[in-house]
Amino acid sequence: MANFTKATGIKDWLDQRLAIDKVEKVMMSEYWIPKNINFLWAMGMVLVITFALLVVSGIFLLMYYVPTVDEAFNSVNYTIMREVDFGWLWRHVHGVAASVVFLIIYIHMFTGIYYGSYKKGREMIWISGMLLFVAFSAEAFSGYMLPWGQMSYWAGMVITNLFAGGSLHADGLVEWIRGDYVPAQAFLGRFFMLHVLLIPLAIMGLIGLHFGALRIPHVNNQEGEEIDFDKEAKKYLDGDKAGSKVMRFANDFMSKDMMVVGVYLVFFFYLVFYNYGFAMDPVNFDPADGLKTPAHIYPEWYFLWSYEILRPFGIDLGLILFAFAQVIFVLLPFLDRSPNAVPANRRGLFAIWFWVMLVNMIVLTAMGKLPPEDPFSTIGFVSAVLFVAQWLALPIITSYEKKV
Amino acid sequence: MKDNSRRGFMGKAFGAVAGVGAVASLYAMKKSWDPLPSVKAAGFTTLDMSNYEEDVMITEKWRGKPIFVLKKSAKVMKKEEGNPEAEARNIKVGNDNYMIAIGLCTHLGCIPAFRKEEGNFLCACHGGMFDASGLAIKSPPPRGFDIPPFKIDGNKLVLGEVGPEYQAMKDNGVTL
Repeated sequence: MANFTKATGIKDWLDQRLAIDKVEKVMMSEYWIPKNINFLWAMGMVLVITFALLVVSGIFLLMYYVPTVDEAFNSVNYTIMREVDFGWLWRHVHGVAASVVFLIIYIHMFTGIYYGSYKKGREMIWISGMLLFVAFSAEAFSGYMLPWGQMSYWAGMVITNLFAGGSLHADGLVEWIRGDYVPAQAFLGRFFMLHVLLIPLAIMGLIGLHFGALRIPHVNNQEGEEIDFDKEAKKYLDGDKAGSKVMRFANDFMSKDMMVVGVYLVFFFYLVFYNYGFAMDPVNFDPADGLKTPAHIYPEWYFLWSYEILRPFGIDLGLILFAFAQVIFVLLPFLDRSPNAVPANRRGLFAIWFWVMLVNMIVLTAMGKLPPEDPFSTIGFVSAVLFVAQWLALPIITSYEKKV
Repeated sequence: MKDNSRRGFMGKAFGAVAGVGAVASLYAMKKSWDPLPSVKAAGFTTLDMSNYEEDVMITEKWRGKPIFVLKKSAKVMKKEEGNPEAEARNIKVGNDNYMIAIGLCTHLGCIPAFRKEEGNFLCACHGGMFDASGLAIKSPPPRGFDIPPFKIDGNKLVLGEVGPEYQAMKDNGVTL
């Protein structure tokens, strides 16, 4: 039995029961962050804030949304948009955040690739991050079904058809996933469940794992320097704050983090109030019609690069390369054979690999949006081949890399 | 040691109970995702074939899917002559010839549009094309339109039932 004494105040009362002092130290004031970082290190906090915006706006949308094929469209486009006070705000916040969150995820990912933050003990950070990317993709897709407009229906049709596995013709599996021969009530009901419960639960669990994976290797820094965190923390606590290479997570690092978040939120709400159109496809303002395919079907911008890898090839090869593109990033820590955990610009050929990969994914994204005609389909084809070739070349070029 | 073996036994016993429970619940979960009996039962559509006009493409509905029905004119039939793949897909009801197929692109399930002048189908999603007999003429679709199970009953055609004509097509690999 622990020894409880009469509390001197609320804080002490809680501290005796919940050890809040200790928790505060572990999570905030004695969680050490390197000083040698830049604004790109704030993307994690930007993502946390964006996720919070998605949860809060989602809660309000959930109160009025009706998950039936007859009423879903009107509950979104009439009830929420016209009847509910500020319903438009929740919808636009939710739609814009769902799109912008992928922009930040891609920046966060490429920051990690550039600075080598997936190496030397940081592999689990990378892997849990890529699992989060998968979970966010599933969350985005399932959410896209819910307004039950033309794009919802046809995206649902096309994406579930991927599970037939091309020439494997696993039509039974596709019907099982849908609960019907075509996307209908059973389909909408289960994707509603996935979107509001199962996938958010998985995301929250994965965020916990992602943060947990950071504790032991700590955050990387701009030079990839290996810091002895215990030694530097001791220096800091002994009073040599200027000489120490680390600072407290809170309030020191957090104050700068939140500064970046502040700038981001101004940009975010500018989009929500004045430029939300990019997140609201006009085709999806027609109710779902199973007997009429829209003239052009394309995914949201953040899926375009992988869609463009699927598109130029025949169905089986397309599916194989699409699956390759989906999983290959997870394997990055193992495909990069170099011992150097330093920024890409000091890694010779890898620097070229990095910038070509970044530019090529932007090209794939642009080609995915354009209609499948020449010259776009040829450029898309070349880009898709280059994407695969780059990944196959990665273990080779990195194993010849000199130790820096 | 005695304690250890008891714990070992308890661990194994729990493992067995939990394993049975896990398999049983996975089975229940899988079955709960299956299409409902009501969905499966509503799977038949009867078409009256005397309603169609030559060279006019009509879209019917069967199991929520579009069914293309095209009554072929003598001109189209002439074009098909000598092409065994196209002839094998022909459906004859009475004295009339039809192209009847599930109107979904065999690539990823978009609905191709019928182009009256060209007399063929173009899929807007990924640019696939099909001719008037339902054969794929431009990739990415890997094969021609699938043909729904059908049974010819006088001048009527029942979709969802397997008649001898459909069975023959299936056996010969004309459709999946």
